[in-house]
Amino acid sequence: MRRVAVIDYGMGNLRSVSKALEAVSNKVTVEVTSDPSTILSASHVLFPGVGAIRDCIAELQRLQLDEVIAQAAQTKPFLGICLGMQALLTHSEENNGTTGLNIIPGEVTLFDKPVDAEGNKLKVPHMGWNQVEQTCAHPLWNNIEQNSRFYFVHSYFVSPADEAVIAGTSRYPEKFAAALHRDNIFAAQFHPEKSQRAGLQLLENFVNWDGQS
Amino acid sequence: MGLAKRIIPCLDVDAGRVVKGVQFVDIRDAGDPIEVAKRYDLQGADEITFLDITATHHQRDTMVHVVEAVASQVFIPLTVGGGIRTVEDIRRMLNAGADKVGINSAAVKNPEFVREAADKFGSQCIVVAIDAKKVSAEGEINKWEIFTHGGRQPTGIDAVEWAKKMVALGAGEILLTSMDKDGTKSGFDLDLTRAISDAVDVPVIASGGVGKLQDLTDGIKLGHADAVLAASIFHFGEHTVAEAKQQMANQGIEVRL
Repeated sequence: MRRVAVIDYGMGNLRSVSKALEAVSNKVTVEVTSDPSTILSASHVLFPGVGAIRDCIAELQRLQLDEVIAQAAQTKPFLGICLGMQALLTHSEENNGTTGLNIIPGEVTLFDKPVDAEGNKLKVPHMGWNQVEQTCAHPLWNNIEQNSRFYFVHSYFVSPADEAVIAGTSRYPEKFAAALHRDNIFAAQFHPEKSQRAGLQLLENFVNWDGQS
Repeated sequence: MGLAKRIIPCLDVDAGRVVKGVQFVDIRDAGDPIEVAKRYDLQGADEITFLDITATHHQRDTMVHVVEAVASQVFIPLTVGGGIRTVEDIRRMLNAGADKVGINSAAVKNPEFVREAADKFGSQCIVVAIDAKKVSAEGEINKWEIFTHGGRQPTGIDAVEWAKKMVALGAGEILLTSMDKDGTKSGFDLDLTRAISDAVDVPVIASGGVGKLQDLTDGIKLGHADAVLAASIFHFGEHTVAEAKQQMANQGIEVRL
């Protein structure tokens, strides 16, 4: 039996993520929790997030979850989603500059007035279904077609210092990192819990993952 | 390859049933919201919007249960609008499984509510719904005003300026309904859609008036909308979402097929 801890730090809707995890496997128990020992004794850890990064980091520190996340990210299959991906990096431009958890070195920057090839202004947030090019083989991409569409909603994107950790890219219109991986960590800018079949497949792959890439 | 334009079926919900009226009268029953949402998900809907058209205190509980049930079975973004007036209303809907909430009259009554909501929950889940009606005469420069109470109550607020203000306060998306077109099946107000879409940096969903598939394509191509919302053409089996997407794709619009 897999036990997935979904880290609850008061940011956004965790029901979708836990329902999606339950939908993909009957061999999984999902616990939405802010309790360090529950998180550290789980077999898998999912770090979700929506909203603004300053509040996210402040809440993690207040609940003393920053250390717990750092520890979990070293030891067990770990999935960061959206803001839960961005918070793993070193620094974000959001909220006049916010220091991140620095688990994956790199920067988080704003889409700066993107314009398409015909000169049309692109909207920010980048919202909707975009294609993800898988740039490496990874257990979490199993049974997901190359260039499948996933649901995104974000105004900032990650640029890891080491490009080798990029697991997938999208374009808006410039290429940006849509997914990262390193050892037992996988992180996605898109929302697998809102990305229908492809997203559910990714979550199923996650709960079946042993953390080896 | 890139971001797809979205098709969003809208379910008007009254007392736990999907209904659809023509300009707020002649309500026809269109089924159980959970079944209808599942059907649209299978057809390839990119998101689903629920509009609680009565939104009394008692019926709010019914709506929460509908959202909970849908969110356990349908894994695409869900928006809930209608009667969202307080931070607590928003929290309840998000906790039930909604990803975004639509704020309409409460924003007109108190624009700071939009700022408060965006600060608390993030702009990504705050959709400001704008009901606009043309107030300029034939031959004059186009002008639209915000109306409330289902299009009956004028406010004197210019629609384009209002949209910009809502975005400045933190709206992450605009759901734009033409009260002149809603329920008429004669197509979107394309001038209105383009005026708002070009004026703001956030995505705009065009709504009100879809009667045939070409209207959806026109909303994107001529109205510059990022997403199109429709109800009755899907509810009564005239067309599927998949047909709509195929038709859009045939005309060169990027969609999720």
